[in-house]
Amino acid sequence: MSDSPIAMEHGQHGPELRHHFATAEQQRDAASLGMWLFLGTEIMFFGGMFCAYLIYRLWYFNEFAAGSRSLDIRLGTINTIVLICSSLTVALGVRAAQMGKRKLLVILLILTLIFGLAFLGIKGVEWYAKYKEHHIPGPSFDASDLVRDYPQIHIDQSHEQIYFSLYFAMTGLHALHMIIGVGIFAYLLYHAAKGRYTPEYYTPIEMGGLYWHFVDVVWIYLFPLLYLIDRKPLG
Amino acid sequence: MSEHVLSTKLYYGIWIALMVLTVVTARIAFIDLGPFNTVVALVIATCKALLVVLFFMHVKYASEKLVKMVIVASIFWLLLLLLLSLADYGTRYVRHG
Repeated sequence: MSDSPIAMEHGQHGPELRHHFATAEQQRDAASLGMWLFLGTEIMFFGGMFCAYLIYRLWYFNEFAAGSRSLDIRLGTINTIVLICSSLTVALGVRAAQMGKRKLLVILLILTLIFGLAFLGIKGVEWYAKYKEHHIPGPSFDASDLVRDYPQIHIDQSHEQIYFSLYFAMTGLHALHMIIGVGIFAYLLYHAAKGRYTPEYYTPIEMGGLYWHFVDVVWIYLFPLLYLIDRKPLG
Repeated sequence: MSEHVLSTKLYYGIWIALMVLTVVTARIAFIDLGPFNTVVALVIATCKALLVVLFFMHVKYASEKLVKMVIVASIFWLLLLLLLSLADYGTRYVRHG
């Protein structure tokens, strides 16, 4: 055996196995644990906002109900469906990577990016509508249209700002995660197209997928909590 | 390796279930169920989240117990935050306006 130590170390496996891991399986499990720990911190990150939402919703239910009614439920539902479709393409993408189907993986990653960008575009349309309605909290905030449209609901305009502050903070933080997700998937697409991922090594696809699904789960809760607070017919 | 290749049929099934639940939750919101509107919306959201986590995120098939522990602990901490805050604010203050 005249191999150099480095060549020997890489002899049994591909270059993707780092030297501080004994086996590829150990490396993959470490990545998985690290990713889930990160997602645990993300749960707490969003959790603070959900907690603020919960308390203010208890206090100012009327304003939350009126603000929720003013959101576009059609676009909200379409966006939920867009995200669910993106989660499907991600799940199928991980499967394609597991099976070494490079072409299929590339197509599914492109589809995921399209769905992700469509979500952000629709979100932008919704935000722009809120901007035109003066529903963005700040000096130009004006909820007199809600007072006029829902005479049955007693609305305090300053409390209405709290609903919209939380709406923009929560959907904004979620959209930021989507933008980061699009960046991650663009990176994955670039490397997948170059054939970097094989059935032996597709951990980045798997971990990127976990992140994408997590962001989807956050939206699964945001949709009913922001859009569906109180939609029943006003008596 | 914990790689467990699931059938595409399962993925499409989960996808259809998620789509159906989305439409159902959006429709049910317009029916007056009293305080149960919120309960139903949250139950449906939790069902959807479970489908995504268990199947799309492969947690049902994950071999590592440590990962499952991290998930359960994270949710536990979140519930501590939400439920203890709720117990406090829900009992000490009366609802304003």
